[in-house]
Amino acid sequence: MTMLVLCDHDRGTLADASLEALTFGRDLAAAAGVSCEAVVIGKGAEGAVGQLAAYGAAVVHLASHDVLTDFGPEAWGETLAQLVASCGASVVTACGTDRGNEVLAQLAARLDEPFVANCREVDPSGDTWSLTRVQWGGSLLEDATLTADHKIVSVAHHVVEAAPASEPAAGTVAAFSPDLDASLARTVVTDRVVLSRGITLSTAPVVVGGGRGVGSAEAFAPLEELAAELGGVVGCSRAVTNNGWRPHSDQVGQTGTRIAPQVYIASGISGAIQHWVGAMASKHILAINTDREANIVTRADWAVIADLHKVIPAITEEIRRRRG
Amino acid sequence: MRILVCVKRVPAPGAKINITADGRAVDTAHLGFTTSPHEECAVEEAVQIAEAHGGEVTVLTLGPAEAEEQLRYAASVGAHSLVLVPIEEVDWDPQRTAAALTATISGIEAAEGAFDLLLFGNESADAGGFQVGVRVAHALGRPIVNGIKGIDVGDGSVTARREIDGGFEVYEVPTPAVLGVKEGINLPRYPTMKGRLASKKAALVTIEQSTEAGGQLRERLHRPVEQVSETVILGEGPEAAAAVVDVLEELGVLA
Ligand SMILES: Cc1cc2nc3c(=O)[nH]c(=O)nc-3n(C[C@H](O)[C@H](O)[C@H](O)COP(=O)(O)OP(=O)(O)OC[C@H]3O[C@@H](n4cnc5c(N)ncnc54)[C@H](O)[C@@H]3O)c2cc1C
Repeated sequence: MTMLVLCDHDRGTLADASLEALTFGRDLAAAAGVSCEAVVIGKGAEGAVGQLAAYGAAVVHLASHDVLTDFGPEAWGETLAQLVASCGASVVTACGTDRGNEVLAQLAARLDEPFVANCREVDPSGDTWSLTRVQWGGSLLEDATLTADHKIVSVAHHVVEAAPASEPAAGTVAAFSPDLDASLARTVVTDRVVLSRGITLSTAPVVVGGGRGVGSAEAFAPLEELAAELGGVVGCSRAVTNNGWRPHSDQVGQTGTRIAPQVYIASGISGAIQHWVGAMASKHILAINTDREANIVTRADWAVIADLHKVIPAITEEIRRRRG
Repeated sequence: MRILVCVKRVPAPGAKINITADGRAVDTAHLGFTTSPHEECAVEEAVQIAEAHGGEVTVLTLGPAEAEEQLRYAASVGAHSLVLVPIEEVDWDPQRTAAALTATISGIEAAEGAFDLLLFGNESADAGGFQVGVRVAHALGRPIVNGIKGIDVGDGSVTARREIDGGFEVYEVPTPAVLGVKEGINLPRYPTMKGRLASKKAALVTIEQSTEAGGQLRERLHRPVEQVSETVILGEGPEAAAAVVDVLEELGVLA
């Protein structure tokens, strides 16, 4: 019996999320008593074979076809469905990234099987599996059961720490040529646009966040100044984007960006759970809020209980003073 | 353009989500409800497309009878027709939901003509199954791309942009097409007084569906265990700045 782990790569370099999926899949395969095999789709995947073996892939399926010039959810889903049939796989997994979940949903639709997205734990003993998955972007967990001939599950991103296997697996290369209809090109990426190569909200070492308490678009200027002083970027809550004070690309939270800076300075933000799930991976949190009882204050490492309009400029000034 | 948008009614919790005593659902006794954010943006996008290119927007939801509130809201911001597929349970699993929506959409199309565009939210805010739109599109034999934050309507196709880290991917999808939309594609408008009044009179059709449960069964909800830490209060005014900068120095972010 076989488990397939869908791995995503960029010209042969594996995405971190794929290594998480393989680390998760390797343990799940062992518990389920099936062999752990990786599948990589499209050109340039050969370069990833060594790493996939190191992370526990007994077999690496390299799928290629003229249609597979770039990512395409339907073409990838169809490729996976054909590979499942050809190698008799009974389990398929991937990391719960946008792509991972989308392709597994495509696969599930094609096989008419359930698909359980964003699992944290899976117990594969027995015909019906027990699992714990993420709801509300991580604010809530759901215990569920899965009954299916083909078990299709994604593992929530950042749950498993990627680590190579204690001993590398064989990583035997198996070329796979799916039979794809040319019409599947209809959802293949036709172009890519690069917007920024600098630090982004998701990679910034410091995020200075502002919420409804900031009060207006203009009042974000002191936050910008502080962020610049710290080599960071400005983030915000949904109350701010809803008011049109900042673009949505600055929004932290369940329906925005997940941040993981060294320090998150959250000012004028109450810390609603949907905001919190996007901020909780921050190493440290400093809250500036007039309300001592605000959720963000009780969850922060440090807090200043005061008006952000006075505190933020004072911090910037103090930094400049010390730098001389 | 004939556009259909599928939306979900979800609770709107604040600082914390409480769970019912039997552990099977979110305790909504003291909560308001809203349209799942990605879908709220999908409705706005559909209305904007209809305004720019002409057309009709139908909004469909599968949910409790109270989901009429979210349908009326959609009408108040510009949707033309409303369809409710009522369910008794708190939620249906993704396969069952997708089968019911597919049957409903097929039924409407048989009677009134095909939709050029179906919009879904990328994932629902509560259950977050990441699949209903994909299943419906596949059952209808139509192309779908998820994660869409920009749509341009062309002749016989739509150009869709999908956000990736530091940029976006572009897709040219032939219509009839299906897209999974994300919040940020637009800034949804607020209803006007006129819109609110009109929404009360908008036609609402109820269509019953009885589809079979799928293979994923919910047993229990629970909150993740959290590490609680003491919060150190650094001060109560701008004079706290010195203590804040001490902390930043210690963390090594002043370099
Ligand atoms: C399905 C769903 C998804 C959502 N997704 C997101 C998401 O991705 N991101 C997100 O942020 N929200 C999200 N929300 C919204 C969320 O529930 C909250 O409504 C939102 O985060 C509140 O923003 P806020 O903290 O800025 O505003 P408020 O909750 O109004 O808080 C304002 C805070 O500012 C403080 N304050 C006011 N004036 C000052 C001052 N002068 N100085 C210092 N402090 C001051 C107040 O004490 C208060 O704590 C979502 C909601 C739903 C239902």
